This record gives sequence, C-alpha cells and structure tokens, in this order.
Amino acid sequence: MLAAANEQQIWDWLAEVPDPEIPVVSVVDLGIVRKVTISDNSIEVEVAPTYSGCPATEVIESTILSKLVDEGLNGVSVKRVLSPPWTTDWISDVGRNKLREYGIAPPVDGASKRELLGKSEIHCPRCGTSETTVVSEFGSTACKASYKCDECLEPFEYFKCI
Amino acid sequence: MNNEQALLQYTLRLGDNALVLAQRLIELVAHGPELEEEMANANFSLDYLGQARMFYSYAGELEGRGRKEDDFAFMRGEREFCNFLLLEQPNGHFGDTLVRSVMFELFYLEQLQALANCSNERLAEIAARAVKEILYHLRHDSQWLVRLGDGTEESHARVQDSVNQLWRFSGEMFAGDEVDDIFQQVFAGPDLEAIGATWHEKMSAILAEATLAIPGDEWMQKGGRAGCHSEHFGPLIAEMQYMQRSYPGLEW
Repeated sequence: MLAAANEQQIWDWLAEVPDPEIPVVSVVDLGIVRKVTISDNSIEVEVAPTYSGCPATEVIESTILSKLVDEGLNGVSVKRVLSPPWTTDWISDVGRNKLREYGIAPPVDGASKRELLGKSEIHCPRCGTSETTVVSEFGSTACKASYKCDECLEPFEYFKCI
Repeated sequence: MNNEQALLQYTLRLGDNALVLAQRLIELVAHGPELEEEMANANFSLDYLGQARMFYSYAGELEGRGRKEDDFAFMRGEREFCNFLLLEQPNGHFGDTLVRSVMFELFYLEQLQALANCSNERLAEIAARAVKEILYHLRHDSQWLVRLGDGTEESHARVQDSVNQLWRFSGEMFAGDEVDDIFQQVFAGPDLEAIGATWHEKMSAILAEATLAIPGDEWMQKGGRAGCHSEHFGPLIAEMQYMQRSYPGLEW
C-alpha cells in the first residue's frame, strides 16, 4: 500500500467511479459507499446495494475494486453491507443536481412510505414546473419511473424515492 | 429438529418462495399484456430474484457444506423445494397473475416486517431491505385488482374466477409446522396466526373495494412446506434448471 494513501484520497478516487446505469453520478454521490476503513495492510470499502435485485451491484463492486487497484493500492477489499438499507436520502446534494442537469428528476427528500408510494409533487427537471404526469411507474431501471411534463411536454425519468 | 436445522430450513423456504415467484414473473417477459405491465413484472421478478440470492447465500453459510446460491436454485430436485403451492401456479391470464401476487404479497409483507425485528441479524437485514420493495409491488398489484374487479362485466367475472380458483392455496401460508414454531420461539420470528388474521382483514378490504366476493370457507390445499407440489412445478423447474442440468457448473 502507498504510504500516501489516506482516507480522503481514497474518497476522492471513489468519487471518480461512475454508476454503471447513470454514469453522470458517482457511487459516492449516490451514497452507495458507506465507509472506508484503512488498516496496516488492507483497505476495506463498505458498499450498500440499492435494490435487492439491482443488476449493477456486482459491477459497482468490481469497478470500485479495479479503480483502487489502478491507483496503486494493495490489499483492497469490498464488503457488501445490507444494514441499514440504502435509501435515496443518502444521495448527496451534488448528486441531486447532477441528476437534474442530466434530465432525471431527483427523488424528493425524506424517504418514507408516503413518498415511496408517490404522493408528492414531482418537478420537471427541465422547466421546473410541478405540472407533471406519471406515464409509467416502471422505467428503464428498477429505480426509475417515467413521467411527462405538462408544461414543456418533455418526457423525463424520475428517480423513485425509496 | 434442533434450532440450527430449523433456521436453515426457514431460510431455504424464504429463498424458495422468492425464487419460484421470480421465475413465474419472468415468464411474462415478451408475453405481458402491455409494455408497462411487462416492465413492472420484470422489475418485480428482479427484486424477488435478488432476495432469493441473499437467502440462499445465507443458507449456504448456515449449512457449511460449501453449497452456494446456484446450487440451491439449480441443483436440487422437485421434492427439495419448499415454496408455497400458490406461487408455482401458472400465470394464466393477467387477473390470475395479479391475484396470485396480491395474495402472496399481503402475506410476505407481514412476514418481512416481523422478520425485520427478529433476533437473527442477517435475516432481519435482508427483510428490512425487502419490505420497501414489496410495499411498492403490493400497491401496484392491488390497484390493478381493484381496477379489474370494479371494471367491466367481463373483467369482474374473470378476476372473480381467479380469486375463487386460487383461494384454496391461501390457507397454507398460515399453516406453520415445526420449523415455523421453532423459528418463532427461538428467533422471535413471525406469529403466523396473527399474520393470518391481518391478511384476512386486508384481503377482505381490497376485495370489497374491487367489488369482488370473498370465497367462503373451503378446503385448503397444502404440501409446499413438505415439498409436495402441484403438477405445475415440474415443468417450472425443468425450464429454470435446464442450463445447469445440461452443463453442470457452467458460469457466465
């Protein structure tokens, strides 16, 4: 392991690892990386899976591993942690802005049963209006729903609140 | 049966339920009634598959004989699967698929909520994750059930028939055996009697909203916990296990 490797440096490297499904945000922006533990001979990165069946989970873990190995680190391991379960509340403000700029409406703050069941207003990521209509509760991935804007008429995806 | 054996068996049954329903729902891909519903059910299938993998991985660790998730899914015979008979019933028409899903999800949600508070940390963690997913499934499926039941004369008649046909598989979910008893007592697990009462209450409310009649008390089919399946299970696992049976040990 490089003597210079400190925790902040590792977090900075992880912030360069894109989500495989939505590459505009990093695994750090999404709040998937929970903890980095550095000991004498090893580095352990704790990762929280999003959905039970998320097909990206294994890709994310191997991408994190290869990123840190490429940066010259040895003894790196990735540990999957289930508890507490990942929630969209862990998506950072930076991540939310990146999603919006990319055209995906970020999840509303404060995940709860009520929000999961879609009771709140969803704003169009392009023009910002709350006049939007759900087209399909299921989108291109398990974590997104399809909406359309009633003002600017653009279709967009909404990152579900879970 | 000792506590360790009961825990292993309980975990395997959780995996079997999730896997068998995942397999049924994935059969709808390219055969769904419309694109949105096809995606919905494919997403649901993925959630169940993910849950099954976590249960089987844990079962492998508990058993300690080196079996992995794939071994449980693909290399066991029909009698070794202990899923509810309800879940292996064919997709039929869309009403059949929905009624099967709603009946199970109402049970499973209660089971998972109880598991999230049980004394086995690993199962509690998996359950806490899965609760959120099943809540979403149940909302979608129960809304459809109301729409079909309170829909046209034909949709009402067809979905009422689905309820009548599948009702006999509901009792099995609450009919626990030694494994359930040990799990409840030793690991502070779900109380099946209480879940049964809640299930009947919630199911009655959904059916009432859907203007559907609740079938009267009738004989209940059992056997899943003992690995005694209906005639539909053989073809299901034959298709599911085909690749591993033909090329044992094959990996991506």
